[in-house]
Amino acid sequence: MPFLDLPIDFVALPDHASPTFTARVDATQLVAACNAARAAGRALVSLWGSDERDRDASAGFELHVAFDFEEGLVCLSLPLDRDAPTFPDLAAIYPNANRLQRTACDLLGLKLESGDARPWLRHANWPADYFPLRRDTPDRRFPTENEEYAFVRVEGDGVHEIAVGPIHAGIIEPGHFRFSVMGESVLRLEQRLGWKHKGVDRRFAGMGLADGARLAGRISGDSTVAYAWAYCQAAEAIAGAEVPERARWLRALLLERERVANHLGDLGYLGNDVALAFGLAQFMRLKEDWVRLNATLFGHRFLMDRIVPGGVSVDLDAQGINALRQQCLAIDTEVRRLKSIYDEHAGLQDRFLTTGRIPPELALRLGVTGLAGRASGQARDLRSTHPCAPYATLGPMLALEHNGDVAARSLVRFAEINESLRLIGRIVDDLPPGELRSEVRSAPDKRGFGWVEGWRGDILVALETGQDGKLRRGHCQDPSAHNWPALEHAVIDNIVPDFPLINKSFNLSYSGPDL
Amino acid sequence: MFPILRQILRTGIVSEPAPDADPALVLVKQRLDTAMREKLGRALVIRHVDAGSCNGCELEIHALGNPYYNLEAIGIKFAASPRHADLLLVTGPVAKNMEVALKRAYDATPAPKLVVAVGDCGCTGGVFGESYASCGRVANVIPVDVAIPGCPPTPLQLMQGILAAIAPPADDGACASSPADC
Repeated sequence: MPFLDLPIDFVALPDHASPTFTARVDATQLVAACNAARAAGRALVSLWGSDERDRDASAGFELHVAFDFEEGLVCLSLPLDRDAPTFPDLAAIYPNANRLQRTACDLLGLKLESGDARPWLRHANWPADYFPLRRDTPDRRFPTENEEYAFVRVEGDGVHEIAVGPIHAGIIEPGHFRFSVMGESVLRLEQRLGWKHKGVDRRFAGMGLADGARLAGRISGDSTVAYAWAYCQAAEAIAGAEVPERARWLRALLLERERVANHLGDLGYLGNDVALAFGLAQFMRLKEDWVRLNATLFGHRFLMDRIVPGGVSVDLDAQGINALRQQCLAIDTEVRRLKSIYDEHAGLQDRFLTTGRIPPELALRLGVTGLAGRASGQARDLRSTHPCAPYATLGPMLALEHNGDVAARSLVRFAEINESLRLIGRIVDDLPPGELRSEVRSAPDKRGFGWVEGWRGDILVALETGQDGKLRRGHCQDPSAHNWPALEHAVIDNIVPDFPLINKSFNLSYSGPDL
Repeated sequence: MFPILRQILRTGIVSEPAPDADPALVLVKQRLDTAMREKLGRALVIRHVDAGSCNGCELEIHALGNPYYNLEAIGIKFAASPRHADLLLVTGPVAKNMEVALKRAYDATPAPKLVVAVGDCGCTGGVFGESYASCGRVANVIPVDVAIPGCPPTPLQLMQGILAAIAPPADDGACASSPADC
């Protein structure tokens, strides 16, 4: 079937949680598809590569590019030459492809025809000709080296640089920020990330289909539920497994609980970053109440490993349902009270409003996704736009703001807490009876995709099995990868002391995109 | 102003008593002598270093500051610089790209340079193990005094481990577990 009037024949993949299509294309078709998708305002979801040289003597590498089309998830695969695997620069069309392309080049030795070819995940700690995702690459260790990274220099009278990181002055993940400032104003921010790269993709290769869920659940700990669910969707698509209805509803319950936990914490830290320590104490108290009930009912404060291939590893009884209902009521009351305090607090509003703005047109251009995208007028939330079960039944409301500033990102969080509490109420009211888990038996040579709206944005997991039914390739896309470049724009013309606040309002994962 | 005060009064004090140190988490013989321990008391300053975690451990380290655990109330606080720290709290398998940064933070920390490795990854390398990109457990890169397993360890387990790093030595003075089985 054709989409966007493209002369490409898309194939619908069976057994997926939401509609998923693939197609093989040549370079001209890929560029045309990117231009058409861009013109239609569709989002780039992910870009990654794979080594197919072991399939036959003529096979080379492949570049995979996934888009969010109105019809569903669409993945285009471009075969690349065995000896000269070059591909066209798609960052000229989708700026957020830049770091994804550089990652594919670092891990597989692919080459860009033109454009930014600086390394991204490779920090000179393994040689430039060691490509960890090539299937014939042996396991090796290398001495660490210091890297001279080619930051873009801002020059002129009075301009100076502030270098921050990789270790930051707080309890935060590592990354490096290079600010070029004039007085207090930020002229430019350039990020150097990749510090947490721990070789996740190579780790997936050779794993059993069921075993990978644990690893996927540890790519970004704060989104463990969303990752596990996306992984399981992909694994279940490969196995052709039918997930029991009760398990689907419980998965949604866990995902909404993860969303609320993170939003509560963020709202506290946003208060703290404008010197309202009261907000931090209050919201962190609520978050602790929230995760303690997770531990009581589901055995883990952050719900790791509760979503498993085929279903869930937890159940809910009448007593648990009652506890959930009561907690939702209590949190709802408290959050309303705190929201009115935030709303009325002149100092807080003064710092929040107009700070770190990403206007809607810039958000669209940069491909800002998830919560940050919705705070900049991007009406994208997989729960509404491509709902998997049970979201079609639950009918979640999409939270949307248009100012794109810190205030908008905090308002979206308040609105989403509110909506998630409602969804949790619906889930426990209408929780269908039945089994919790079905059998997942891997199948050889199959592809599966999972796509879930985590609290930060959409998470994609793409899996492929080999002839032995084990994982041949596992690729996970964290939404932070799309939003980090937007942070570089958000801080322009803001003052340096507002950077922590702006950064927190996005609260992006380092581990997720570093993989 | 009044809504804030009302909310503070309504909330009251929710802090819970701190747990005792867990000597089972100590890997090496206590390096603080009695005089130093008395001087330090519980006024411990921690520098957290994320050497490559999934950020799960960070969620629980953040929780240490919430009103329930209220770590600062027992005299323990986090510093922005390793130069102001008595103890490094290190999470994650050590990503290859973080190896130099972690060693530099360790070098910058004044004696006694206590090091607490956090989480299954910090203790063993966890699901990430060792590879071209990961050095595995923290002890592969810098000396470790206390290792707190868990994925992630709960705030109480974290407190038990941190307190164990400054607790008087157990009677036999030997470590209760080897790094291999934490």
